[in-house]
Amino acid sequence: MVHKLNYLKETPSQTAGPYVHIGLAPGAAGFGIYDQELGWDIAGPNATGERIRVEGLVMDGTGSPVKDVMLETWQANAAGVYAHPEHPGETEDGFRGWGRVITDFDSGEWGFDTVKPGAMMGRNGQMMAPHINLWIVARGINIGLNTRIYFSDEETANAADPVISLIEWERRRQTLIATRSEQDGKVVYRFDINLQGQDETVFFDI
Amino acid sequence: MPKPGEFYQRDRNWQPPALVPDYKTSVARSPKYSLISLENSASEITGPVFGHDDIDAIDNDLILNFAQDGQAPIGERIIVHGRVLDENARPVPNTLVEIWQANAGGRYRHKKDTYLAPVDPNFGGCGRTLTDDDGYYFFRTIKPGAYPWRNWVNNWRPAHIHVSVFGTGFAQRLITQLYFEGDPLIAKCPIVNTVPDPEAIQQLVALLDMNASIPLDTIAYKFDIVLRGRRSTLFENRLEGN
Ligand SMILES: [Fe+3]
Repeated sequence: MVHKLNYLKETPSQTAGPYVHIGLAPGAAGFGIYDQELGWDIAGPNATGERIRVEGLVMDGTGSPVKDVMLETWQANAAGVYAHPEHPGETEDGFRGWGRVITDFDSGEWGFDTVKPGAMMGRNGQMMAPHINLWIVARGINIGLNTRIYFSDEETANAADPVISLIEWERRRQTLIATRSEQDGKVVYRFDINLQGQDETVFFDI
Repeated sequence: MPKPGEFYQRDRNWQPPALVPDYKTSVARSPKYSLISLENSASEITGPVFGHDDIDAIDNDLILNFAQDGQAPIGERIIVHGRVLDENARPVPNTLVEIWQANAGGRYRHKKDTYLAPVDPNFGGCGRTLTDDDGYYFFRTIKPGAYPWRNWVNNWRPAHIHVSVFGTGFAQRLITQLYFEGDPLIAKCPIVNTVPDPEAIQQLVALLDMNASIPLDTIAYKFDIVLRGRRSTLFENRLEGN
């Protein structure tokens, strides 16, 4: 008799297509339908910590901006706590740590406002540097791409980060670092993503 | 019950690869370097939590959620229902399921869609719901029409509904498409065929479900969604350190 494992298989992914906004951000598709769209307010009004903006562009292998991309963000609060029952610690009332980010249809530029996350414990007792997790979907992307945004002003923490350290090629590590600047008194990080090519962003199989 | 640990590794031979030349848009949008494999940390095991405050009860009824008073969209009235399970066949309760689709003529309500089929004034084309304690969900909607798209000159998407699901951890995040049993366009579609295994493609086909149909009213299709399963940490849990 042949024994069989009876695990189910994960449902295969399919591209989100060019009209992902209809489902996940209908206002951007051009119509109002829900009383509240989800994912617009990442940190909420009560979050402590530094208020930041993150901006960028997603580029394809020809160097052209990808204008129909959607990004989802997932981050901890300034104390390094995820708003999830399995993560020990408290988050501020109204802090969800999750966001949906869509591009300007003409330029491909995107941006979001949040608070800078704190460092947190990773595996094997190693601290992870502050980071925002990203999930990227678009027409032409068959399965969502996972990457992380780290911060240029966290050099020491980044150098000790167990995930950055997994990347053998030091030059490629730079693709995960958002560059800090101040514009009109606001802290802005620039994070451009290259789907392909010499400066291809590091993507993870998580 | 031991606290569950990391998610099972994704089966990349079951999932579509990034580059599938027959789906032309994937050529310039597919990473060339290998993905860096990451063992799960708190960043992957946690994920956003949603509740009934986030959505309205009518959100899962696409026949009503955009229609003007006393009117209804044109097309075949259908129910799409099923369960969200993990690879251990355990239900995933209280998770957000969102859908979007074209109308019965194959036209999307999107400012970038210019297909010549008309927009239906009573159809928005999106819905969302939370699974119940058994992982069960349902939507009431209109069967979407096939539509042409630019890939080869004569490509038609089979009738499909786009489906987005969360699960409990960010590592489970998934967007897919649901097709309808018996549609001859499924086999011809380069997007469907990004999935390499024919058995995996079958997992994307919703089955006609006469038992769940409402006689003289609405016909039903059943579509179960499977998210990544998790190890039980019987032997170790090193996530918190040490
Ligand atoms: Fe579609």
